[in-house]
Amino acid sequence: MNQALWVAKTGLDAQQTRMAVVSNNLANVNTTGFKQGRAVFEDLLYQNVRQPGGSSSQDTQLPSGMSIGTGVRVVATEKLFTQGSVLRTDNALDVAINGRGFFQVLKPDGEIGYTRDGTFQINSQGELVTSSGYVVQPGIAIPDSAQSITIGTDGVITVKLAGQASPTQVGTLETADFINPVGLQAVGENLYIETAASGSPSPGTPGLNGLGTLAQGALEGSNVNVVSELVNMIETQRAYEMNSKAITTSDQMMQYVNNNL
Amino acid sequence: MDEMIYLAMTGARQTETAQAINANNLANVATTGFRADLHAFSSVPIDGPGVDTRINAVVDAGGTDFTQGAVMNTGRDLDVAVRGDGYIAIQAPDGSEAYTRAGDLRVEEGGLLTTGSGHLVIGDGGPVAVPPSSSLVIGRDGTISIQPLGQGPETVSIVDRIKLVNPEPGTLEKGMDGLLRLKGGGAADADAEVTLISGSIEQSNVNVAKTLVNMIELARQYEMQVNVIKASEENADAAASLMRLG
Repeated sequence: MNQALWVAKTGLDAQQTRMAVVSNNLANVNTTGFKQGRAVFEDLLYQNVRQPGGSSSQDTQLPSGMSIGTGVRVVATEKLFTQGSVLRTDNALDVAINGRGFFQVLKPDGEIGYTRDGTFQINSQGELVTSSGYVVQPGIAIPDSAQSITIGTDGVITVKLAGQASPTQVGTLETADFINPVGLQAVGENLYIETAASGSPSPGTPGLNGLGTLAQGALEGSNVNVVSELVNMIETQRAYEMNSKAITTSDQMMQYVNNNL
Repeated sequence: MDEMIYLAMTGARQTETAQAINANNLANVATTGFRADLHAFSSVPIDGPGVDTRINAVVDAGGTDFTQGAVMNTGRDLDVAVRGDGYIAIQAPDGSEAYTRAGDLRVEEGGLLTTGSGHLVIGDGGPVAVPPSSSLVIGRDGTISIQPLGQGPETVSIVDRIKLVNPEPGTLEKGMDGLLRLKGGGAADADAEVTLISGSIEQSNVNVAKTLVNMIELARQYEMQVNVIKASEENADAAASLMRLG
């Protein structure tokens, strides 16, 4: 059947996916630690109709061949790990990472999840947990009698206990880095998990070995650039319309044949 | 049988093919660094006895449109666009050297630099490998410098230089995988004149207005061919009814 119809269909599919990525970015414009996604397009394989250099007669060759592209596909949706803006909240348990690295949390399935979202809380056992209740790794227990909590730029957590003059160290917040953060798999709840593409995590002390420092009383905002996403959305919509126009035109061509012959 | 109906049929069939090439350009209107495909019709006479009227219209690939696409700023370290003429050298899956304008680069898990579609980027001597780094800068001549992970800014060092080439547009052709290669194979020489813009990517160079107008034109051309088929049918009908009168 008409090839143009199917080529245009791949265009619609691709733009649809891009629209989904753009909407997800816009929906998460206020999500702490969210990283913007981007759809990567690639042209599909070409079909060879006439081989260039083939013989048109015994002594002559075709100067140019003919190949028809078969459309476009989304080859990847990658995350852009640029730094989001750091917003001051002055809440003692809010922590932002300034630079590379991820907090490590224990997911209910026993796997380690990685996140840039530092909105921590304390659960009934006094453990430091994320807002979903997942325990931060390595586990940190805050004593009942803690009056105030201080998290240093290197992740050292000290508490001031009632009736004691000097603060007590209760643990260290570690972060982990990956050689290829783009390869991490986003699993929702602001979490990422390790994949073969991301490489294995290298945990360490914040501020050392290239890991970013921590900022207490601050959160990292979403890195979605609203203006560029809106422009993306316009572009996607128009590209979608154009491809649907190509489908209508192909349809009309076939209709014309049906009606006139 | 009347040759007119076959000439019109070939014309209609070839117009459909041209429409497919055009639709492929439209489908790739948002593909990074995509170069539009051109098409052209040419006359192919059929030799043989009889009056010299049998000339088919056949669509040919008219090459690739090498004009520059719009450059979009993304702010990402690993995004590069080629300024003016020139190409980024990459390694095609079959190991040969190919060229692209798509500069949405990334570092894969083994530390090798690849394009968004996963082709290895070629440097001074083979694929570019990037050690773990806390910051990476691609200079305007393709030089990649990094600050190694865990070391201070005084340790910034050059790791490689992306091979940039600028062969004559006429010597390049698009392969079956959509990558550009030198006609007849081989590798082009690196050209120091080619420069990059970092933090930006080049969009597709498909001219939307032109492609849409092309699409309308091809659709109308198709209808004309169908009309000729119809006219030839009517001619045959008229001839048949003449015979009945007799």
